[in-house]
Amino acid sequence: MAEATDTAAEEAQAPRDEEREALLAEMTEALGDAVVGSHVAPGRGLWLRVTRDAWYDAVETVKLRFGFTFFDFLSGIDWMPSPWGRYEDAAVDTGIPRPDPDAPIETGVAGGDTRFQVFCRLADVRRPAPHRNVVLKADLPDDDLRIRSIVPLFAGANWHERECWEMFGITFDGHPGLRHLYLPSEFEGHPLRKDFPLLARLVKPWPGIVDVEPMPDEAAPGDGDTAGGDA
Amino acid sequence: MTALTERQQLAYVDAQAADARVNVELETDEGMILNLGPQHPATHGTLRVTAKLDGEQVVWADVVPGYMHRGYEKLTEVRTYPQVTTLINRIDWLGSFANEVPFILAAEQLMEIEAPPRARCIRTILFEMARIANLVIFLGDLGVQLGAVTPTFYAFRDREHVLDQIEAVTGGRFHPNFDRIGGLKDDLPKGWIADTKAVMARIRSFCDEMEDLLFGNEIFEARTRGVGVIPAEVALAYGLSGANLRASGVDWDLRRDGGISGLAHDEVDWKVWTHPDGDSFARCWVRLQETREATHIVDQLCDGLPSGPIMAKVPRVIKVPPGEAYVETENPLGAMGYYLVSKGDLGPFRVKIRSASFSNISVVPWVLKGVYVPDIITILASLYFILGDIDR
Repeated sequence: MAEATDTAAEEAQAPRDEEREALLAEMTEALGDAVVGSHVAPGRGLWLRVTRDAWYDAVETVKLRFGFTFFDFLSGIDWMPSPWGRYEDAAVDTGIPRPDPDAPIETGVAGGDTRFQVFCRLADVRRPAPHRNVVLKADLPDDDLRIRSIVPLFAGANWHERECWEMFGITFDGHPGLRHLYLPSEFEGHPLRKDFPLLARLVKPWPGIVDVEPMPDEAAPGDGDTAGGDA
Repeated sequence: MTALTERQQLAYVDAQAADARVNVELETDEGMILNLGPQHPATHGTLRVTAKLDGEQVVWADVVPGYMHRGYEKLTEVRTYPQVTTLINRIDWLGSFANEVPFILAAEQLMEIEAPPRARCIRTILFEMARIANLVIFLGDLGVQLGAVTPTFYAFRDREHVLDQIEAVTGGRFHPNFDRIGGLKDDLPKGWIADTKAVMARIRSFCDEMEDLLFGNEIFEARTRGVGVIPAEVALAYGLSGANLRASGVDWDLRRDGGISGLAHDEVDWKVWTHPDGDSFARCWVRLQETREATHIVDQLCDGLPSGPIMAKVPRVIKVPPGEAYVETENPLGAMGYYLVSKGDLGPFRVKIRSASFSNISVVPWVLKGVYVPDIITILASLYFILGDIDR
């Protein structure tokens, strides 16, 4: 079965989510070797990581065999730590060290081996069956940022893939017209990559201290940013 | 999903006829390209629609968004969690409070914090009032697209009272920035509940007025019935949500089906409205009913408001534990969600914003095939979008 099932460690204290676990077992069986990672967050969601080659088939199986006919969204993630940090020149005041840009890449739930991931969310909206949903992920090797387009399955993926292409530079094979969606057609670079600088912040770094000004000892009643409330 | 009605079949035939004509048109390079926008009154901002025409009929259409792209997904990466709500208020600017809720709920999920019951109820009240403030503009604007100006004045007159009530609680008419991780910034002011119930009654009478003015109107019916039909399976594949999906006969509402614990919709008695036709009229009609339903939700919540704190115990400096969460709520325009990736820092590592209008408008090239030029306007109006919600 899946080699990176990270639910095991949480099982001891966290509540079980039998519905999602059953769905995970069914999907793992249907997809076979394509599944390389999975994650169940009880009461919150189900993640499934598949190989890049099996991406299209996995989406097709989830749509046709499991009836997840609602296309929610598709996007990408760049897992590289930002070389620019949080663009704050005042790392001292937070007491929290700046993220190390040279740190190894850490990926999120359901694991991951590469810098770029594509993910999409599908849902089953039939009634009276319970509302079910799944997030599918796929890793992309750094030297070959391509994946098969799912537009033939979900026509709505068209715009989402165009956005992902211009924001991350990920090519979708078989897409009917991969061109810029938001940005002008002569735009260079991929803005949502972590190494794409946010120029406004580079020109004038944000004064980070404003946000972590120490609060007075007695929290003002009803002040939302402090530990007030039912004390 | 369901068998096609006669009207839907006709729309399919129209679309296919138009499809067949595209090839011919492109080869002969005849016909005319109509450019609508980017600054056209029907686009509520700067959306550009290009359509290739054969006489009065559209054979091919494309939508060009991006004139107002502000890069919120990139900007969230350099903001702390409390700062992000200021940004995302400006996505759907007619129902701003509703934008904050899914983001706050996603952060609460990762922090494993639950807002106290009173905060949940007030959150839901404001959430539904944001819906009313948004949909009232839709109902007023609908007439303008068809040449009737009066409804707009009615809409802005009555929306003002809703905004006054939102301002009385939050201090902001358009951008409340009031939702906090773990609860709300403040409690309700004195006397607010009685005033709000009076405003809700007023909104209900506004809905009755709109129904009399527009929905029984012969011209309105002729312009919207059977126009811009979207069958359920197409709507689902394009990710349409909210009233657009329910008008195609799909009985799905995240307020009821989403299993969202941070809102109080399951504590009140209300109904999800659907319509089987999938045409422009159905979309308008569902929104009219939803406006009414929202006033009933607000009324019931005002009556049964629990006492207690409005803020859970939250650390002073908010750091969200590492993890990923996705929360989607039924916003005025449809399903809106935030895919939040945290690495345990003061701000998010990545936020994917799933906004409703983006998916709702992506169906436009499909639905415009085969329609007549004046219907472009009614279809865009009935699909209902806010530019900030497309461009983010």
